[in-house]
Amino acid sequence: MNVLLVDDEEELVSAIAERLELRGFTADFVTSGKAAVAKCREKRYDLVVLDMKMPGLSGLETLEILAADHPGMPFIMLSGHTEVRQCNDTGASRVCYLVKPAKIDDLIETMRHLSPA
Amino acid sequence: MQAMVRMRELWDRLRPMFLTGEAATAANQLFNYRKIWMLTAFGTALVTIIPLLILAVFNYNQYQTALGAEINYPFTRLVSNTRRQLRSFLEDHKAALSFIVQDKSQAELRDPKQLRRIFANLKNTFGGFVDLGLIDSEGVQKSYAGPYDLTGRDYHEERWFKDMATTGVYVSDVFTGFRHAPHFVIAVKRELEDGSFFILRSSFDVGLFAGLIASIDVKPTSDAFVINTEGVLQTPSRHHGDVLAKLDLPVPPPAEHSEVIEVPDLRGEKFFMGYAYIENSPFVFVLVKGKDAMLGNLSTMGNGIIGFSVGSVLYIMTVILAVATYLVNKIYEADLRRAATLHNVEHTNRMASIGRLAAGVAHEINNPLAIINEKAGFMSDLMATAGDFPKRDKFVSCIDSVLRSVERCSAITHRLLGFARHIDVKLESIHLDELIGEVLEFLGKEAQYRNIAVSVQADPELPPIESDRGQLQQVFLNIVNNAFAAMNDGGRLEIILKPQQADRVAVTISDTGCGIPKENLEKIFDPFFSTKKEKGTGLGLSITYGIVQKLGGKIDVRSQVGHGTSFTVILPVVRA
Repeated sequence: MNVLLVDDEEELVSAIAERLELRGFTADFVTSGKAAVAKCREKRYDLVVLDMKMPGLSGLETLEILAADHPGMPFIMLSGHTEVRQCNDTGASRVCYLVKPAKIDDLIETMRHLSPA
Repeated sequence: MQAMVRMRELWDRLRPMFLTGEAATAANQLFNYRKIWMLTAFGTALVTIIPLLILAVFNYNQYQTALGAEINYPFTRLVSNTRRQLRSFLEDHKAALSFIVQDKSQAELRDPKQLRRIFANLKNTFGGFVDLGLIDSEGVQKSYAGPYDLTGRDYHEERWFKDMATTGVYVSDVFTGFRHAPHFVIAVKRELEDGSFFILRSSFDVGLFAGLIASIDVKPTSDAFVINTEGVLQTPSRHHGDVLAKLDLPVPPPAEHSEVIEVPDLRGEKFFMGYAYIENSPFVFVLVKGKDAMLGNLSTMGNGIIGFSVGSVLYIMTVILAVATYLVNKIYEADLRRAATLHNVEHTNRMASIGRLAAGVAHEINNPLAIINEKAGFMSDLMATAGDFPKRDKFVSCIDSVLRSVERCSAITHRLLGFARHIDVKLESIHLDELIGEVLEFLGKEAQYRNIAVSVQADPELPPIESDRGQLQQVFLNIVNNAFAAMNDGGRLEIILKPQQADRVAVTISDTGCGIPKENLEKIFDPFFSTKKEKGTGLGLSITYGIVQKLGGKIDVRSQVGHGTSFTVILPVVRA
């Protein structure tokens, strides 16, 4: 599974990317919304993990652009605010919210839920 | 004893709130209610009752004066009339004797025949004459016509004879004399050219006066009689003694006209005394009437005025006390509401500032915490694939410890963030029963594992409400989480949803947990108040409180130690 990780904290995304790769995923990471949009245009991803709070394009703004560019693409949003984990995967865009910091197993479980292939 | 208890019960029921309520003693109260009440009541009473009393006294005095004059007038008139009658009786008889003494010579009068004829004429013309006698300057009765045998009587030692030396006409007071029957005399003197004189003297029965007085027909309560200037009765009296007895009332002071005075008798009973001195005689006419008989109307009127005044004062005092109590109670209630509002505002402000601070701290900490989490996780991953190396177990346990600590830290930051989330309310139509169902799903596993019975009763009439879904979830999750924490395995959680009034819904969440002691009940919504020691941040219920307020609702808690706790969240159907 091809995953793109987007967070302004490079230390964080790099570590998550490495951990996912250890578990057999292909994971790229970028540190801004703008870079994420560019990255998605040059490569096809099965899923994008976005941080909500980023300088420049926020997580939600990036989500909007990416969802428009790639209909049907699933997203995982990481946020300090989400108290209740929830998935909104019935509409046009499929989004799940995870609390930050998330456990790697929870992240992978959510990824498999959104993209079973 | 029982009456005392009953009085006490009545007082407990009637006692105004401001005398006993908490705020009556609270330090932040604006007023001393008891003092305000007293000032209002007594101030109003003063300005209403004093003029009333002054008016009543003034009225009474006016009436007394008017009535006194009204009573006095006929009284005085009666005295004057009687005096005039008595005076003219005396004057007529004096004039008749004077005429005879001037008209006839001493010799003519000395003739018993002549004297008897004159006496008979007098009796027929004037009436009242008992006898007629001629007395010479030696005091010897030379001639006499009348029923007694008094010819030759020597009067020169008698008082009236001595008095005649200085006066021409003499009227005696009543005495018994030689005949031993009460009578009075009128004597007239004629001076002769040779320096000697003679006296024509006639006596009168007191019955004449008595008949005259009886003719004025006084009421049985009154008394009319004649006294002399020494206070000896000259006519019989109804209540004060017989002829020649000493009057038991004081002798009125001399006066030219008729007078009315107030006198006490020997027993201290008050009388009105009308009297008149009759000129050129020792007689005083007296009319006496009991004061009570005379002032009967006045005292009825006085009683009426006093009764009316007392009634009015009682009525005014009752109204004033009721109004003062009502007003002060209203002020008291307003003050209570003000204190409650102030308390709420204080609480909200405190929470808002703590919330802003907490959110800032949580945001700053959350990112490095995520990095620690991922780095430590990555180390753990690496070790899992690295095979064996010295002190491997120690490394693994250290990293696990780091990961557990991160988990604890993140729990705190999330609560802090949740606490700050009373901004951005997102409104949507929510079916509360469904929302509660969603919340309970999070705890379904735990309930099953701990054998906790969960029941939800939703009123079929429950309307959907307009509110923020995420925040409501947090509210109910917090409360249900606390309930679970308070209960032992096998407890019961009951959630009841029902409409309240027209525009509100109430959600009551009751558990069978350990309960909250009374001293903690007031503090459970304060930030950082916790009884869970290390396990809790003390923010859960504070966040809940903040959110419910933000959503326009109210949260209430009742608890009994050992029996359980019941939270009631009241939410508006439509958020204002």
